[in-house]
Amino acid sequence: MSAYTARFRVWRGDAEGGGLKDYDVEVNDGEVVLDIIHRLQATQATDLAVRWNCKAGKCGSCSAEINGRPRLMCMTRMSVFTRDETITVTPLRAFPVVRDLVTDVSFNYAKAREIPAFVPPKGVAAGEYRMAQVDVERSQEFRKCIECFLCQDTCHVVRDHEENKGAFAGPRFLMRVAELDMHPLDAAAADGGPTRAESAQDDHGLGYCNITKCCTEVCPEHIHITDNALIPLKERAVDRKYDPLVWLGSKIRRRGQ
Amino acid sequence: MSYVERHAYDVVVVGAGGAGLRAAIEAREQGLRTAVICKSLFGKAHTVMAEGGIAASMGNVNSGDNWQVHFRDTMRGGKFLNHWRMAELHAKEAPDRVWELETWGALFDRTPDGKISQRNFGGHEYPRLAHVGDRTGLELIRTLQQKVVSLQQEDFADSGDYESRLKVFQECTVTRILKSPDGAVAGVFGYVRESGRLFVIDAPAVVLATGGIGKSFKVTSNSWEYTGDGHALALLAGAPLINMEFIQFHPTGMVWPPSVKGILVTESVRGDGGVLRNSEGKRFMFGYVPDVFKEKYAQTEEEADGWYTDPDHHRRPPELLPRDEVARAINSEVKAGRGSPHGGVFLDVSTRMTPEEITRRLPSMHHQFKELADVDITAEAMEVGPTCHYMMGGVAVDPDTAAAAGVPGLFAAGEVAGGMHGSNRLGGNSLSDLLVFGRRAGLYAAQYATGLGDARPVADDEQIDRAAAEALRPFGAAEAAAGGSGTDAGGPSGSAGEAAPAVPVENPYTLHQELQQVMNDLVGIIRRAPEMEQALDRLAVLRERAERAGVEGHRQFNPGWHLAIDLRNMLLVSECVARAALERTESRGGHTRDDHPDMDRTWRKVNLVCELSDAAGGAVDLHRRPTAAIRPDLLDLFERDELLKYLTDEELDA
Ligand code: SF4
Ligand code: SF4
Ligand code: FES
Repeated sequence: MSAYTARFRVWRGDAEGGGLKDYDVEVNDGEVVLDIIHRLQATQATDLAVRWNCKAGKCGSCSAEINGRPRLMCMTRMSVFTRDETITVTPLRAFPVVRDLVTDVSFNYAKAREIPAFVPPKGVAAGEYRMAQVDVERSQEFRKCIECFLCQDTCHVVRDHEENKGAFAGPRFLMRVAELDMHPLDAAAADGGPTRAESAQDDHGLGYCNITKCCTEVCPEHIHITDNALIPLKERAVDRKYDPLVWLGSKIRRRGQ
Repeated sequence: MSYVERHAYDVVVVGAGGAGLRAAIEAREQGLRTAVICKSLFGKAHTVMAEGGIAASMGNVNSGDNWQVHFRDTMRGGKFLNHWRMAELHAKEAPDRVWELETWGALFDRTPDGKISQRNFGGHEYPRLAHVGDRTGLELIRTLQQKVVSLQQEDFADSGDYESRLKVFQECTVTRILKSPDGAVAGVFGYVRESGRLFVIDAPAVVLATGGIGKSFKVTSNSWEYTGDGHALALLAGAPLINMEFIQFHPTGMVWPPSVKGILVTESVRGDGGVLRNSEGKRFMFGYVPDVFKEKYAQTEEEADGWYTDPDHHRRPPELLPRDEVARAINSEVKAGRGSPHGGVFLDVSTRMTPEEITRRLPSMHHQFKELADVDITAEAMEVGPTCHYMMGGVAVDPDTAAAAGVPGLFAAGEVAGGMHGSNRLGGNSLSDLLVFGRRAGLYAAQYATGLGDARPVADDEQIDRAAAEALRPFGAAEAAAGGSGTDAGGPSGSAGEAAPAVPVENPYTLHQELQQVMNDLVGIIRRAPEMEQALDRLAVLRERAERAGVEGHRQFNPGWHLAIDLRNMLLVSECVARAALERTESRGGHTRDDHPDMDRTWRKVNLVCELSDAAGGAVDLHRRPTAAIRPDLLDLFERDELLKYLTDEELDA
């Protein structure tokens, strides 16, 4: 393999507006899209705005849409594209643009605050927590989340429906509720209050989710958001409320097995 | 100062990694109004990259473990240059700091009896690292982040405002510590990355928790944030740095493809059974066990392999020597022509564990190699080589309070603080360091701020004007070079306020690349006096050129501008590294001199201290300071024979 020149189209602009701009840029062996964006910064556009940190798929900073698909730029290898393909990089569509590839993701931080924190069990001192590995594993899967917000960006409930943002926490934060729900020692409902699953339904918009699994498909951590978090949460909430989607969802799942 | 936003807090924490968040939580729990400032989004700090675990002698897996054993391992790892009191506090308090995380919702991997599981790691005598697969740093950050949120929820319930007592200023950079005329901390100056707006936070106590300096090197495991900001801020505020010559090169970074060169391959790979081989297929580490460690490590492959299942009757494999030893060994193998195709050596787990076990125990390594290098680590060996990973040196602090020497109101914790790890840090001792000293820094910063009452130091306006002009200079440089004036980029008119340079403006990216090359080639893993002298000459030129670093565009989220500002810090810190490394004529831990290959006991008594000759940014001044004598009861934890390898006879007989 050798170096070649690729055609990139990158969205440039800010809250006022902007558009796609064409660049011809060198690509070397083994590079990822983020490398190319960095090369543009260093050679052709010193003020091109982009977020990144780890360059190893661990921090969830470099989210963007590449040829229309929500992805991490640092984990998208150039070798998945043909050499004559034009590669279009645009900011996450569901969030307001700040500048170029940087969007205002404060929606997600606001939602994070609305999920009540872990409630430690009364009477169990620090150091006395005992949990079996099988019991922590379910929540551990969700704690792999790197908060890239790709699932939040892709979910159709908010992607083109600004009006739903108030009521809907989005897959990442509904999954956070599921994580706490499945935490072996969480005591949120210990005093007879609502369970986590109930509050997912009542306070965080779980009912909006119609289990399309688009969130699961874009998750770079391959977390089974829909199957392992959202559907079980719906099933637990349904003990109290009838939710036709869960009923349908579990049918579909059974048939698919 | 109408163009500068102004806030007031009791405690400001700079940095939102493990140390910064732990400090902020503590300060807020002490009842103080606390601000956290971080360059990235909240929850993205470099701590997420930590993979292996948190070292704490809980004794869950081997009940022989206790703080004394942990203390011993830490001192050995640091070749006895550690500040003994920090190593003692760290070993004693780490278990409580880990257990506390569970009460905030952390979910560590478990032992069969339901306790926190602990794994083996280089330099640790017993399985000691609390972990979550190989993503422990992420768990730590997320837990602290969620604890911050839970405190904000409490404040919301009280006041209707989530941020009434604890606010995170994300994507902001601090460029100066502000001080009162009598030298006490008065606040910080910085800018909002998103908008380019300048701000001042008035605060009597500032905790630096900015992490390391790796971005001064070309091959590094560190993220862009690691530009030595806290180190430089401390220097510029008049605080001394110590141990700056000691940089840990992690032995196993990725070497291919080039774009990911340097990215970390966790030590857990070796802790869990991975072995290092050269191009001849030989497990070469057996040939590199230094004398000080001879009794503790296996001599044969058979003995080494037995250790994984029966550690009480076998000595540990030499792949688990402290990191500095392994990094040097790999370097030597490659130099001797026994390297892998892309200039590393082979790290293999595929012949040591079943594919299922590998994907369970090392999921993110499996993912990382598959996605970034097309290598399936369950079927083939990884290629790895040394990468700049961790700065042992940093702000000279009081071991108990984390207060920076010489500047009242300034505190430092985590990687930016010096002393805890001596000349070399053990894996796993970083996350525990963050928690132990992050908490202490937050606690004592809060006590200091409270103790001042209403008598708070105030920074004068002139200082703020200077900080503003400094921050905006890169725009001025571009303007001056273009021969123009009066663009609106610079905020206050004539912001740079300097004569137009007759020379062209410098591209900050180019300067950064040159700096990284200089440090990598001339002050890297193996050092020689003439090369370091050359490095100092080239750094001086770069520092002068960096004054002319200019940028295009406007202030809104402009990465070129951000880099131009960070360059000041990287250059200052690099100069400290080069000066101290040139001065120390011995090899110890993360400092290896080709021209002085041996460790010298008389050098153990010396800390090298860097200070600025004047706070406006003068030359780096280097001097020697004796290390603190180790408390006798702690010395008694070692055999005299072992101590004789590190301490001089006079010290031992004193
Ligand atoms: S499964 Fe639910 S949360 Fe996920 S994308 Fe579909 S509607 Fe959104
Ligand atoms: S669940 Fe997956 S896609 Fe969603 S934020 Fe977390 S890592 Fe990203
Ligand atoms: S830069 Fe961290 S995930 Fe891409």
